[in-house]
Amino acid sequence: MDKKEKSLVVVQLSGGNDYLNTIVPYGDDDYYDFRKTVRIDQSDVLQIDKMYGFNPHLSPIKALYDQGKVAVINGIGYDNPNRSHFRSMDIWHTALPDEIGSEGWLGRVIRELDPKSENVLTGVNFGRGLPRALGVRGVPVASVGNLETYGLFTDMQDEAEKSLALRAFTHMYGGIGKDSVMEYLGQTGRDALKGADILRTAPAKYSSTIEYANNSIAQNMKSMAQVLLADLGTRVFYTQHGSFDTHSGEIISHAKLWDEVSGAVADFYDDLKEHGRDEEVIVMIFSEFGRRIKDNGSGTDHGSGGVAFVIGSDINGGMYGQYPSIKQADQLEGDLRSNNDFRSTYTTIIDDWFGLDAIPIVNGQFEKFNFVKA
Amino acid sequence: MSTQDVTLMAHLMRRAGFSATRSELEKFLDKGYEQTVEDLLSPGDPGNMPDDLIRRYHVEQSELRELSGAGAYWLYRMITTNNPLEEKLTLFWHGLFATGYAKLNQARALLNQIDMFRSYGLGNFKDLLINLSQDPAMIIWLDNNDNHKDAINENYGRELLELFSMGIGNYTEDDVKECARAFTGWTLKNAEYMAMRAGKDSIWPYGRIAWHYEYRNDDHDEGKKTFLGHEGNFNGEDIIQIIVDQQATAKFVATRLFQFFASDDVDSESHDQVISEMMDAYFDSGYEIKSVLRTLFNSDYFKSDECMYSRVKGPVESVVGTARLAGSYQLPQMDVDKLWFQTMFMGQGVLAPPTVEGWHEGVEWIDSGSLVERVNYAAKEFGDTTKSGVRDIISRLSDTYSEQINVPDLVDGCLDLIGPIQVGDHTRNSLIDFVSEFSDNNVLDISSFDSKGSKCVAQTLGLIASTREYQLA
Repeated sequence: MDKKEKSLVVVQLSGGNDYLNTIVPYGDDDYYDFRKTVRIDQSDVLQIDKMYGFNPHLSPIKALYDQGKVAVINGIGYDNPNRSHFRSMDIWHTALPDEIGSEGWLGRVIRELDPKSENVLTGVNFGRGLPRALGVRGVPVASVGNLETYGLFTDMQDEAEKSLALRAFTHMYGGIGKDSVMEYLGQTGRDALKGADILRTAPAKYSSTIEYANNSIAQNMKSMAQVLLADLGTRVFYTQHGSFDTHSGEIISHAKLWDEVSGAVADFYDDLKEHGRDEEVIVMIFSEFGRRIKDNGSGTDHGSGGVAFVIGSDINGGMYGQYPSIKQADQLEGDLRSNNDFRSTYTTIIDDWFGLDAIPIVNGQFEKFNFVKA
Repeated sequence: MSTQDVTLMAHLMRRAGFSATRSELEKFLDKGYEQTVEDLLSPGDPGNMPDDLIRRYHVEQSELRELSGAGAYWLYRMITTNNPLEEKLTLFWHGLFATGYAKLNQARALLNQIDMFRSYGLGNFKDLLINLSQDPAMIIWLDNNDNHKDAINENYGRELLELFSMGIGNYTEDDVKECARAFTGWTLKNAEYMAMRAGKDSIWPYGRIAWHYEYRNDDHDEGKKTFLGHEGNFNGEDIIQIIVDQQATAKFVATRLFQFFASDDVDSESHDQVISEMMDAYFDSGYEIKSVLRTLFNSDYFKSDECMYSRVKGPVESVVGTARLAGSYQLPQMDVDKLWFQTMFMGQGVLAPPTVEGWHEGVEWIDSGSLVERVNYAAKEFGDTTKSGVRDIISRLSDTYSEQINVPDLVDGCLDLIGPIQVGDHTRNSLIDFVSEFSDNNVLDISSFDSKGSKCVAQTLGLIASTREYQLA
């Protein structure tokens, strides 16, 4: 096969994205009964069919959907949903709903893709700190706050002094360690420098007609495009955006967040397409949970059952899973009941996209969807 | 005072505290090593930043429900306390009895647990375990509120034995079940009320207000139990008494304290020797943690070269130590919540351990991402000549050497005053090259804080804090 290696971009919507106002059941009167104020009017919905449609602030994603590039995973979640942000996010990150796990599912994917840790950049997080999804002991992952300035001594303003400091750091970490700990520290310091040096070359190599917006998710996705197009061997890209925790003032903040996310994702897709690389990458968008069916007058509270998206040229677009019933009798403590485990989506990506064995990565066997093109 | 004394005192304070400035070291040296150990073991007024001052500047540190504000609140205390061992040991218990925000969604309950560690941490291990078993955050974290007379939940019973006292291999599965039975009825007092509140309030599913412990006799299994070879109608206190009497418990507690305060690895005869002395102190004193630590700090091993630099600093140790040395956060600073995020970016968000096992320590603290965060944080803190700690070092350099200081003196003086810390020749040579190039091989003028020479001191301190050696304690 003459194709480049396949990559995955994960966009985490932190805070709990309101599913009902993302893919809107505008044909269901119950929706408007439960959502007296925090609702998307029928006339504004971007229709998928007679029952469901996109929130208008997802119009760039709707355009991709119309081209068959977007799989909408309806009713995604897990049994006995947890409505704590942190715990639910941990569950998505570790693929373990019933016990507290220590390894991230994407860390395991990275370990399978690069078992000898030959490339310090196989997994890159765009943001600071390491999301648990990427964390597995011994698997190096770079966390890039800002690609343009990424590296050591970023707070040094004077370029000449900074370059002296970098030179000193290189010397200091280059010496042979007197024991295994010093040797390990030396190797880690050299890896950090190497990763930073390689990553910093990416923006200079990049040229594109796409103009990304000036918000954090757009800039992070631009950085992803730069790293991807620089062919640094990165296979797993991660970033997050938020906060989707819209307890109040939801209509305004949710619209802004989706304007940013859908604009960034569509620009990213166009950028890859412009460079003929759109068939190598898929983008998965998820959130830790959906929100309560009934609104609270200004926003919505934590719920269960949500929506994920998988986007790319090699995706069979369409609606997957079941849109959960919002009827009173079908609700789970006022929330949506999920009908497909998030690990089915993970399994599909791991098996059908990366060609890896998903079972040890997601801790079990899960039915797959057919959203990846054969 | 001899170089040897300063070196030893700096070592003690890196371990029993969060590093110490030269002025602090001088005060300790006046008292002498053993008296300093005694003072550390008998904390007085912490003298930390008072709550009314903190609250005036930090709205998020009033209710202390949210994670980053509550974490920063504790970091303030670590940075400004006069009782460094008290906080260091509290951090140790927090890592050992790791209770996390993820499940609780209520940081105030965690800070109450931290207060409990502060009150009982140096005392009797039996009292500590009883208080731990009655701690509301722990009860929820390990589901003891779901541990009922007719339907036991083993979670707390198991971890009490495996992770909190004896270690795996020293008890049977039957002991776990019997232990869980003994802790039935150890639950929350106001759970129903909290549930009612929570029904109306989905952001805080376990409620916004404080939980309380309650013993419910009607939900306690009063039947006969067989635990570690003992038989009786045991309640939780009886089980804890049996636990603290075990040789395995003494070994577990001594070993974990040794790893946290003395050496990451336990792999030599001298290590085994000290641990065995610590176990004796545990039994001789009637399970007093203070005695166990006194034995460790006064041991020949602890004072030896072998012990120095045999631990990798944890992120909190590193962040707090650097802040104390640089003189940061002595007064309220608006960006203090970033300090909590900083520890999290380095892999140790306080109040948010990833699992009940706590954090993986030692070299596992370091990966390329966390090292970048460490270096950038330390370089930023020290690279600022407006900081009081940095200014103190500059003044001391000019007092000790001259306002016109040469390159090797500047490097050696900085290595001395930031620790003293010992670095390899290779590292020292790299620092000398750095300062030589910075100054074009000239003598540096440090007569004022905004001179280029003073700036060079600050950058050199930042660079020292970026070395491999500085990552060790």
